Amino acid sequence: MMRKMMLLSAAVLVLLSACHKKDDPKPSNPTTPTNTTGTMGFSFANKVGNQPVVLHTGVYQNANGDTYSINLYKYYISNIKLTSDNGTVFAEPNSYHLVNEELTSSKTFSISNVPSGNYTSVTFLIGVDSAANTSGANTGALDPQNGMYWAWNSGYIMAKLEGTSPQSTAPNNAITFHMGGFAGKNNVLKTVTLQLPTAATVSAAKTPVINLNSDAAQWFGTPNVINFAQLNTVTDAGLDAASISQNYKNMFSIDHVDNQ
Amino acid sequence: MSFSTKISFKKIRNTAFLLLVGGILVESCKKDPQITDSGKATDETPVVFQIPQGWPTPFYQFDNNKLSNAGFELGRKLFFDPRLSRDNTVSCGSCHQPFAAFAQLDHPVSHGVDNLLGKRNSPALFNLNWHTSFFWDGGVNHIEAQPINPIQNPVEMDENLPDIITKLNADADYRAQFKNTFGDETINSQRIFKAICQFMGMLVSNNSKYDHYMRGEAGGSMTAQELSGLQIFKTNCASCHKEPLFTDFSFRNNGLMPTAVNDSGRAHITRDIADLYKFKVPSLRNLKYSAPYMHDGRFSKLDSVLAHYDHGIQPSPTLDPALQNGIHLSVQERADLLAFLNTLNDETFIKDPRFQEPKP
Repeated sequence: MMRKMMLLSAAVLVLLSACHKKDDPKPSNPTTPTNTTGTMGFSFANKVGNQPVVLHTGVYQNANGDTYSINLYKYYISNIKLTSDNGTVFAEPNSYHLVNEELTSSKTFSISNVPSGNYTSVTFLIGVDSAANTSGANTGALDPQNGMYWAWNSGYIMAKLEGTSPQSTAPNNAITFHMGGFAGKNNVLKTVTLQLPTAATVSAAKTPVINLNSDAAQWFGTPNVINFAQLNTVTDAGLDAASISQNYKNMFSIDHVDNQ
Repeated sequence: MSFSTKISFKKIRNTAFLLLVGGILVESCKKDPQITDSGKATDETPVVFQIPQGWPTPFYQFDNNKLSNAGFELGRKLFFDPRLSRDNTVSCGSCHQPFAAFAQLDHPVSHGVDNLLGKRNSPALFNLNWHTSFFWDGGVNHIEAQPINPIQNPVEMDENLPDIITKLNADADYRAQFKNTFGDETINSQRIFKAICQFMGMLVSNNSKYDHYMRGEAGGSMTAQELSGLQIFKTNCASCHKEPLFTDFSFRNNGLMPTAVNDSGRAHITRDIADLYKFKVPSLRNLKYSAPYMHDGRFSKLDSVLAHYDHGIQPSPTLDPALQNGIHLSVQERADLLAFLNTLNDETFIKDPRFQEPKP
């Protein structure tokens, strides 16, 4: 009888545990005491040269002398790594951010669980790594409904710039640059490493913000000067996109670091 | 109807106890409203994906997409739901009919919204977990990334994801099904695609006469003519239509004359002139149900397909080397080959009640 009771209670325990709802098995940083980690902020300012991007109404000139306006400007920042003054590297897990000029909230974000330390450089990818391009259905910043995904030829649009230029021969003088391609000679993925002018000091009490500029003029400037009469539409992976990515890999710079 | 293909009685006896215990566990967890669609798999046999005996390891095994009865049923409902199209008229199942092995019978190309026509033949859907690329040009690289393509294509379903999510959120049954599948009522594109893949990935066809023959089972005794056809197949067809899936998943130009559509095929994706007019090698399973044939559905009869390989091949720089001289068979050999191909039809698969459109 006693044994039966024990068996029964064991069964009840099994049943109870079977009902326990588990959290999603997401990889997470091991929980560390709060005094050893903090938060790093990021803030992006989109510019053309030294002028801020003003969608629709701002008028700019490219290296070829063509004038243009920008109606849409979006890019992915992924795989962010922070290097501290003692050489340790912190990599943000599941690091995918979509910066969209139209959406102010997208231009700032923060990374939590950053080990306390003095960070002296930041590294990231312009675009989305090849793993995310080949792993099926994603969500969050990678949700295809963000308009940064090619359904017919699987892969993310790493960066997107649309606007108009009187020099463009496309309908409505449109300029349309959808940069994608994650493999082989069509790969547009570019890794950017920027040294911080002053160390960003992360601690439980301090949340520094790294302020970055992105200069859209770089897309059309160096080393491959873009002439909008000849090249105004790129909507698939290929040599044109690869060529523009050679230009925009230099578009980011550090404006300053706010140590708060 | 069991989800597993063939189980020995011994195995059934051994698992009966486990199932009983499992049943008690599931029963004790019942909190959410149960789905009551007729023909459902819920509460009966659990959805299980099994690699058929002797088959290679599939590329997709529902990693990061936990297979469940609730998920499968949700996927089935989405697959047959025309609300996934712009004007609520076209579902996945419109162009992928179960009785046509999930191709569209008698349609060289299919009708999308506003009766718009595509330019390629709707492919049959089965054994998709073994595929590493999708569509005739292989443009899609993952089964979960597949459904978005016909949904967004302007001549197919022409719908966008936010609109679909709005429509599904307005339906309490869907909200309950997403909760049952994923733990909460959130409906997003990732969950939609993963659920559809639970249905699509379970479409395994491995119960043709040929399969019974290969497994040495009842119903697998081949006639002399079918066995002769098997040898003819091995000699002439198997290098591209590789057993047991009857495709090697490669892209090849099989010498079809380009039509006015001038579909560049694989080159449309790779932008490589060496891929001009290459298309993905289709499986030879279930041909009886999935006519017409070829990427543009130009042949309605298998006789015409064999005639093409005999004397219709067009030379071109990208023509597959294996087809440079065509495939020449005698009248008797053609009859034998057709008899063999007929053993690849899987009546069990197309009539499987789990794969039919759910009753409203």
